[in-house]
Amino acid sequence: MGILSKKDSKLILDPLADNNPITIQVLGICSALAITAELKASIVMTISVLFVLGVGNVVVSLMRNIIPPKIRIIVQLVVVAALVIIVDQVLKAFAYELSKTLSVFVGLIITNCIIMGRFEAFALGNGPWKSFLDGIGNALGYGVILIIVGFFRELLGSGTLLGIQVLGDPIAKTGLYALGYENNGFMLLSPMALITVGIIIWVQRSRNKTLIEEN
Amino acid sequence: MGLKNNLHKLKEKYEGTKMAPAFNAIHTFLYMPNETTHSGGHIRMADDLKRTMNIVIMALVPCLIFGMFNAGYQHYLAIGEEVPFLSGAAFMIGVTKILPLVIVSYGVGLAIEFVFAMIKGHEVEEGYLVSGMLIPLIVPVDIPLWMLAVAVAFGVVIGKEVFGGTGMNILNPALTVRAFLFFAYPTWMSGDKVWVHGAVERANQLANGENVDAISGETILGNLAQNNAPGYDLADMFYGFIPGSVGETSTLLILLAGLFLIFTKIGSWRIMLSAVLGAIVMGLIFNGAVDAGWVSESSKFYGLMSTTFWHHLIIGGFAFGVVFMATDPVTASQTNRGKWIYGFLIGFISILIRVFNPAYPEGVMLAILLMNVFAPTIDHYVIQANVKRRMKRLKVKTA
Repeated sequence: MGILSKKDSKLILDPLADNNPITIQVLGICSALAITAELKASIVMTISVLFVLGVGNVVVSLMRNIIPPKIRIIVQLVVVAALVIIVDQVLKAFAYELSKTLSVFVGLIITNCIIMGRFEAFALGNGPWKSFLDGIGNALGYGVILIIVGFFRELLGSGTLLGIQVLGDPIAKTGLYALGYENNGFMLLSPMALITVGIIIWVQRSRNKTLIEEN
Repeated sequence: MGLKNNLHKLKEKYEGTKMAPAFNAIHTFLYMPNETTHSGGHIRMADDLKRTMNIVIMALVPCLIFGMFNAGYQHYLAIGEEVPFLSGAAFMIGVTKILPLVIVSYGVGLAIEFVFAMIKGHEVEEGYLVSGMLIPLIVPVDIPLWMLAVAVAFGVVIGKEVFGGTGMNILNPALTVRAFLFFAYPTWMSGDKVWVHGAVERANQLANGENVDAISGETILGNLAQNNAPGYDLADMFYGFIPGSVGETSTLLILLAGLFLIFTKIGSWRIMLSAVLGAIVMGLIFNGAVDAGWVSESSKFYGLMSTTFWHHLIIGGFAFGVVFMATDPVTASQTNRGKWIYGFLIGFISILIRVFNPAYPEGVMLAILLMNVFAPTIDHYVIQANVKRRMKRLKVKTA
């Protein structure tokens, strides 16, 4: 990485794998379960969180020396809420259908533990540039898992990707469906999102034994 | 001499290598194991796990054979041909449809067990022998084989192996397979067509305007849920000449198997008895509510609520679930008092789900899975209560 120093690039790359907010810290699970039935929703959610966490981390970092510690949670909430409202309004204006599928979960980005967690753990103690990188890194780490889960759930559950029928037409019985294949309705239900995330955690930890917790 | 010696030599040769568990498994499967297990999930039973498994299999075989005859019998009934129940024609249909189910179930399940045994480097566990036999008995006869294979893989990996294999699982693997199929491919697992071989195909032909003779294979629970008469008389339900999942229709055979399991002390009579009691209590409550006039005849629950309480015991998969699934020694409660609570709640909740959620007529599957999750909690409180009682006694003595 030419532009970024080694330390800085670590801020982005770490949360993608070995310190992933979902699979390692097990944060932000609710939205990972709720909106990953479609790949498109996962991608939009990723972009939304990317924006909120990237900008939010910078804002909180800039204010870190003037926020009184006793009310810092409230201040952080105001920052997230403001950003989330911007995202919500933009979605409503430019992608109304999608904002309906995401429904309440855009608003619930406010309660996404990853965001408050990064504000508390990182932005309050680091400068704006580092905080920005950390925010981007964690949002991407969150997004990678969301997109993987969304990919498998949409592919196996509806036989589509981004709404395009990649496995053939289930009604006209073309492609795979001609062979008797059928969509797996269970993949569209939330339990399978949890199980899919569980399998990702399983694969990740069996590839990297240092991640396994002692108990 | 030949096979045993050769196997033994092979075993010695591969000892310590990755393939060792596979040879070990074949050896113990065909001959007696030369050493007993010292630790793990087996600690709760005093006798050999293989004996337990074999006895359950023996109890299941009559259900399987009956299921083969019944599959053909129902098929001919549905196309309007009268063949005797115990006829070769009926049996042939059953064999050609059900044997593949058994083979797929064992093939996929054991393959996964072998792979996991090799990864973990331990012996192949006997646990799948019973699950592999249970699975074909609790699915509709026409279920596509690839679906069964996917479900078995899911059930064995997510239901059992992630928890550490036989003896460590929280959920009954066979029911996990059924629940997976039920939620993943509902069109193949519920409704009025799937229970009789060929009925779905004939319905499609009818829809296309072709002229075929077909009556629908509506199940009793389906009829009742729509406030219709059950459509079969009680004797048929009891003996099992009704459409349904492969091996669960004959309450008589299941009853005999249950007695056999109790007699050989493999199945817990406490669980079976308390589950039946739980179902009767719930049934009586519903009957009482109907008698008291709280439910109008136009209510969508009327059909199932007004079903005489003991009829619930012989329709649907209730008997099969209670005898073979609820008594699974791994996933049930371990304490005697816990077994009473566990069994009672299974019966109670089965009928509750059956009546109030017509979309899930097979309440017993969900009830057992739910209670599987709660079994350790029940045990915990039973043990804590016992500890407290004894502490009190101790205090009285020392005081």
